[in-house]
Amino acid sequence: MEGLIASLTIFVLAIFLGFEVITKVPPTLHTPLMSGSNAISGITLVGALLSAGHQHTQLTTILGFVAVVFATINVVGGFLVTHRILGMFRKKEDR
Amino acid sequence: MSAALINLSYLMASALFIFGLKGLSHPRTAVRGNLLGALGMLLAVAVTLLNRRIVSFEVILAGILCGSAVGAVFAVKVPMTAMPQMVALFNGFGGGASVLVAGASLLETISVGTPPSPRFLVAVAATGIVGAVTFWGSLVAFGKLQGLVTENAVVFRGQQAANAAIGLACVVLGGWLVAVPDDPVRYLALAGVASVLGVLLVIPIGGADMPVVIALLNSYSGLAGTATGFVLDNNVLIIAGSLVGASGIILTKIMCKAMNRSLGNVLFGIGGTVGTAPAASGADIYEGKVKSASPEEVAMVFDAARRAVIVPGYGLAVSQAQHAVRDLSNLLESRGCEVEFAIHPVAGRMPGHMNVLLAEANIPYDKLKEMDEANSGFPQTDVALVIGANDVVNPVARTDPDSPIAGMPILDVDKARTVVVIKRSLSPGFAGIPNPLFAADNTLMLFGDGKKAILELIAALKEF
Repeated sequence: MEGLIASLTIFVLAIFLGFEVITKVPPTLHTPLMSGSNAISGITLVGALLSAGHQHTQLTTILGFVAVVFATINVVGGFLVTHRILGMFRKKEDR
Repeated sequence: MSAALINLSYLMASALFIFGLKGLSHPRTAVRGNLLGALGMLLAVAVTLLNRRIVSFEVILAGILCGSAVGAVFAVKVPMTAMPQMVALFNGFGGGASVLVAGASLLETISVGTPPSPRFLVAVAATGIVGAVTFWGSLVAFGKLQGLVTENAVVFRGQQAANAAIGLACVVLGGWLVAVPDDPVRYLALAGVASVLGVLLVIPIGGADMPVVIALLNSYSGLAGTATGFVLDNNVLIIAGSLVGASGIILTKIMCKAMNRSLGNVLFGIGGTVGTAPAASGADIYEGKVKSASPEEVAMVFDAARRAVIVPGYGLAVSQAQHAVRDLSNLLESRGCEVEFAIHPVAGRMPGHMNVLLAEANIPYDKLKEMDEANSGFPQTDVALVIGANDVVNPVARTDPDSPIAGMPILDVDKARTVVVIKRSLSPGFAGIPNPLFAADNTLMLFGDGKKAILELIAALKEF
């Protein structure tokens, strides 16, 4: 029970922190914010790695493998495309 | 590596994610922010691989190689106009991965023989529901944006009742899974029913409402990660997922506000506006009052202008006119005319989409003005050039309290000295209502395809 309360505390505080940090992002950057935060949500990869590497049964390994593929697409694609988008933003003087 | 060290590394990864998102709050620091986020992810993955639970690396390596290849190809190849569907697709993959991880975790726990704790089972059920809704909802959104399925709202009788029933079924199945966890087939059933819910939740949402759905699915994918964190008792998943969840909720709220609609209205079409507008009223408003101008006449207006504001809508992206608009902007500036861009928050198909499209055409971001700033400038503007936008410049939102878009914040282009509207026809926008702006005394209509019209305008302007 105590562990659950600790986890819930972290969860709620992280939500508040997220609101504070992200409210400051200007509309110009909303698309890279989405693709970048999208990449971060691929953190499920950590869990996928554990399932795929633990090799408990054949079924869990297969599930883990597919999860690793999905989450890696999410992570790699998300960070790369965000980098690509951000490379296009220029101030007048840099041209 | 000891558990304490692993967890400390996860804490560091969480901090990097927070710094990364903070960096995204300014164009100057955004590239570094994104790299910090990626570094956090790399750290989290690296220490996970040191976990003693992992006995073999072949499967992991194969999975990472496949996923990286697919992700990288997508990221490099996708055109900026297709960014909304790509983000939707990536969201879906994240949600799908969560469903699989929770499933595998349940199987492992059951086969070990120790009875799983209720909190573990609740987390598994929550992951199954949120993850499956995210996965299927995102696939439908992707299909709509990519044009694979109809982009229009798909509505049928009793849709809301059906959604409520299926939602309830998810909760009941989840409860059953928690009460009697020994049979993993229940998890499969739960994920299956949640998948149907995901499809049904997104099909009734049409074209211009897509930014809200994309933002909401972004939030769901984060929450699916959080739920997986509760399954695995892993704080970095809880923190990272919550940050993304919060981000998606904020963007959803901003989008809803920009359309002056509640989230319930967008999601469930309560008091939906699509297709309910009287078709005949357009004729009375436009009859004999619309002034169609040639590119030469419009060029004459621009020739005398000292300050011009360009208002791009989704039509600009459709006709791929970003580069032509950039050339027009440069030409005007070289003639001593000040040029700005006014961006409505829901222009495009995802939050900030129009800014990216203009940035791609090398238009500096400091020229892109948000709605409030742009509105204070229109009274001092000689020409407002509207390209492929309609509802977001419809003055009816201010004047007619009975209009379906009443109260929606709009760009007050009608306050500029002259308004030039580039549009194919007088057809209504997503709200399905006529736009009196097109018939206003100070409005000139330049009918035609956005890109072609701008190129003709540039050619005509060069004659002066």
